[in-house]
Amino acid sequence: MTATDPAKAASRPVPVSIDPSIAPPGTRNFRDAGGIPADKWHADQNGETLVPTHCCFCGVQCGMYLRVDKGGKVFGVEPRNHDINRMRLCPKGINAYQQVNHPDRLTSPLMRRSRDEEFKECSWDEALDFTVSEIRRIQAEHGNDAFGLLGGASLFSEKTYLVGKFARVALKTKHVDYNGRLCMVSAAGANKLAFGIDRAGNPFSDILLSDCLLIAGSNVGECFPVMTQYLWGARDRGATLIVIDPRETAVARTADIHVALKPGTDSAFFNAVLNVVIDQGLTDEAYLAANTTGWDEVKKTVAEYPPARSAEICGIPASQIVQVARVFAGADRAMAWHARGIEHHSQGVENCLSVINLCVATGNIGKPGAGYGTITGQGNGQGGREHGQKSDLLPGGRSITNPEHRKQICQIWGIEESELPGAGTSMMEMVWQMQRKEIRGLIGICNNPFVSLPNYAVVKDGYDTAEFHAQFDFFLSETAANAHVVFPVTTWAEDEGVMANAEARVVKHNKAQEPPAGVRTDTWVICELARRLGAGQHFDFPGSREVFEELRIASAGTVNDYYGITYDRLDETGGIVWPCPSTEHPGTPRLFEDGRSYHADGKIHLQVVEWHPPMDAYTEEFPLSLTTGRTVAHFLSGNQTRRLGALVEQTPRPWVEVHPSHGFRNGDPVRVVTRRGSEVFPALVTEAIRPDTVFIPYHWPVPTAANALTIDALDPRSKIPEYKVCAARIEAAERVDEVPAPPTAPGHEAYPETQVSRTDPLPPTAPQGRGTAERS
Amino acid sequence: MMGRTIFIDPGRCIGCQACVSACRECDSHRGKSMIHLDYTEPGMSVASLPSVCMHCEDPVAPCAEVCPADAILVTADGVVQQADTTRCIGCSNCVNACPFGIPKIDLQAKLQMKCNLCYDRTAYGLAPMCATVCPTGALFYGTLEELQAERPGVQVADSFVFGDVVVQTGVAMVVPADKVQWPVPGGLPVVEINGRDVR
Ligand code: SF4
Ligand code: SF4
Repeated sequence: MTATDPAKAASRPVPVSIDPSIAPPGTRNFRDAGGIPADKWHADQNGETLVPTHCCFCGVQCGMYLRVDKGGKVFGVEPRNHDINRMRLCPKGINAYQQVNHPDRLTSPLMRRSRDEEFKECSWDEALDFTVSEIRRIQAEHGNDAFGLLGGASLFSEKTYLVGKFARVALKTKHVDYNGRLCMVSAAGANKLAFGIDRAGNPFSDILLSDCLLIAGSNVGECFPVMTQYLWGARDRGATLIVIDPRETAVARTADIHVALKPGTDSAFFNAVLNVVIDQGLTDEAYLAANTTGWDEVKKTVAEYPPARSAEICGIPASQIVQVARVFAGADRAMAWHARGIEHHSQGVENCLSVINLCVATGNIGKPGAGYGTITGQGNGQGGREHGQKSDLLPGGRSITNPEHRKQICQIWGIEESELPGAGTSMMEMVWQMQRKEIRGLIGICNNPFVSLPNYAVVKDGYDTAEFHAQFDFFLSETAANAHVVFPVTTWAEDEGVMANAEARVVKHNKAQEPPAGVRTDTWVICELARRLGAGQHFDFPGSREVFEELRIASAGTVNDYYGITYDRLDETGGIVWPCPSTEHPGTPRLFEDGRSYHADGKIHLQVVEWHPPMDAYTEEFPLSLTTGRTVAHFLSGNQTRRLGALVEQTPRPWVEVHPSHGFRNGDPVRVVTRRGSEVFPALVTEAIRPDTVFIPYHWPVPTAANALTIDALDPRSKIPEYKVCAARIEAAERVDEVPAPPTAPGHEAYPETQVSRTDPLPPTAPQGRGTAERS
Repeated sequence: MMGRTIFIDPGRCIGCQACVSACRECDSHRGKSMIHLDYTEPGMSVASLPSVCMHCEDPVAPCAEVCPADAILVTADGVVQQADTTRCIGCSNCVNACPFGIPKIDLQAKLQMKCNLCYDRTAYGLAPMCATVCPTGALFYGTLEELQAERPGVQVADSFVFGDVVVQTGVAMVVPADKVQWPVPGGLPVVEINGRDVR
């Protein structure tokens, strides 16, 4: 939590020029020099096949090869020199292949008529017929909107397009949303308001050209590990690193300035930084005058946030605010990257807008090495909302309430505009509606709200109140284990499709093996349900390729233009960044190079941001901030990673991170209490967290779920839950709550070899996991 | 002059253990990781440090020197191999001899296991698995010139003192630039090692 002198930072060695298109540090002569043709389909070597594809997990979308044996089964991974990651992979990526032929895979549909019964394996026909009859019954009794659909941002974009179309055309319901709602919708909302386009402004490679990097609310080292190489590459050239985070993460540890502010105070901080920037005359007035609207109002508002006031709110020294302002505004080319740390708030959109205001006011926009980026948590967090899976959006990012947009889509879909439902509600709101019996039936695809939504008691109650619930997954998630019907579907390695990563770069995943017997693709299941619901003529898609062709056309002419992107081009190029309006167009890695935004007037619309306190009030009873996040070995709800041995070994269980000032010793059982409930975790005592803050990683189910404690307050604009701050207290407890085994199909135990350390009562050595030196 | 080798830069390490997972994928010891990751100051910081076999050059491989069964081969290019399974008697002498704590005994198999610089890969011109995937370049495989071309001003050390003994290794460590008193490969005189004046 220290900072270096900016003067010292400025006197770093003179940067050598690195061509970002060639290689970030340390990658020049690796692999791909040796016998295996890069980025070609099915390079054959010793009977083993390497299939080029991408990681299924986070928004970096690292390129990798899957190793396929002579029998056509995926059995390993090999690094791939793709220009996103250039061979690099994180532990999740390296172990991902183990999911494909994992003994816990679901290989038959499961069904039960009521939640009191046990699941039974059944035929596809039985599962589909039961689902369709329940949809029909519920909709006949309570109207079309009584049935809802929840998709996921780990699905290929083709499938997210199908989810949106299926809801509106086959189910004829307005209630469709997706778990990207829990991911980066605050950033999306802010970008849309300010720039008229919803994506990062710059490619990762611009990081290498930047002189000052500001990382706000992102534990890059654990959540987007492979992006770290770009940060370190920039620093090799002398770039200054500023990290805003209540915890001293691996990246914050080496930052030039680490601002450990109190959770939920980000916009107060950024307003004060802008206040100092203005005060010191470091704004780019010419740029502001020519390219923006709203600057005067912003200026007036930030005048209300002098450093002294914000320092008080944020619990940091005022001098740090001044220092950040000088370093960021003083750099030639500065960039800001942010993630859930500032987005998961009831003021998530405001927080992102305050960062945008800072970038634009200092003229750091639309230039190599200068701009902003949003780091997407999920593989397709970016692409997942672009084509109509979000409740208020139609394909191509069109608005479902805009008559012109509705007409365009109805024409493509071949339906009457009167048949197209209006805007629905968000994921958390749909759960509340289930509690109120406004939504009585639900299909969930590729999501696990029992672990990933806040305030578990409410979530469980909502799902239990629903009369019918079907879930698609390839492992039995905690949510699927509570359903009536479970459809066993493919992993990412058994189908082809595209995802858009954090740079909005569309990449293609390739099929590496045939699905196991009994498993179908999500595309097949959705189309089959549509056919049985009588909408088959709109869902005649043999596979992803055909869906992508319709998606391309449906997006043509919109801001999110995919028209010029084809599977063939993706195979050749290794990824194209939208907008890409024609098949000759190279894509648009960097936005606003001509100074124009995507608003009709071409201006950047700066927005006034006012800070307000978090929704859960601190009192004497609940004096601490509870914040949550990820650990490098696990992904989101952990349904996938809590079954892979190496990852379970690395981080077998959650813990609560507390400052030594609370008097606990490492491993002590600590009860964390919030207004929603209480649970017991082993203490990981560390000086790398603020004394007034505690942290719990959220990948585990109850009774070790951070989300049994978090608050279901939403940002009024983005409807993202306020995961990153709620009021809490901690107290000594007797023993820690044990992590339950992941659920499996009836008659199967969780694969024991992958669960060896799960019942360990101690916290890992460090947030990144258990050290291996002391164990081997 | 140092050839292609691994350079370890703890300052870059984010403790992610990608190296550990990747090591497990190597075909010569699939399923077991030969790399160790230490969180050096738990409770104080998230700092971490990967340890691979340092491939000691001078004195040549203490582990191999003490092996009663002559199971540890040192190749002409300086790679200290994992024990030959047909010779190893699982006696743990190597474990005790190694100043860096690298070799481990698989108690069930009664066999020694250690990093062999991914000989199955490096022999074909590929980088070791750990250094290939490391997201931060904390593990870098290449020559000193390649490292310095990418990280201007970087300084490395390949000598360590243990009591009175100086061990020179095939694998090198990146050291803080203001501590450039180590004998860097190809040359400078030994002045200070691990903070101790050895002139
Ligand atoms: S999880 Fe993210 S950083 Fe890790 S390998 Fe996959 S895409 Fe890369
Ligand atoms: S892969 Fe690299 S950054 Fe990650 S723990 Fe290993 S050495 Fe450190």
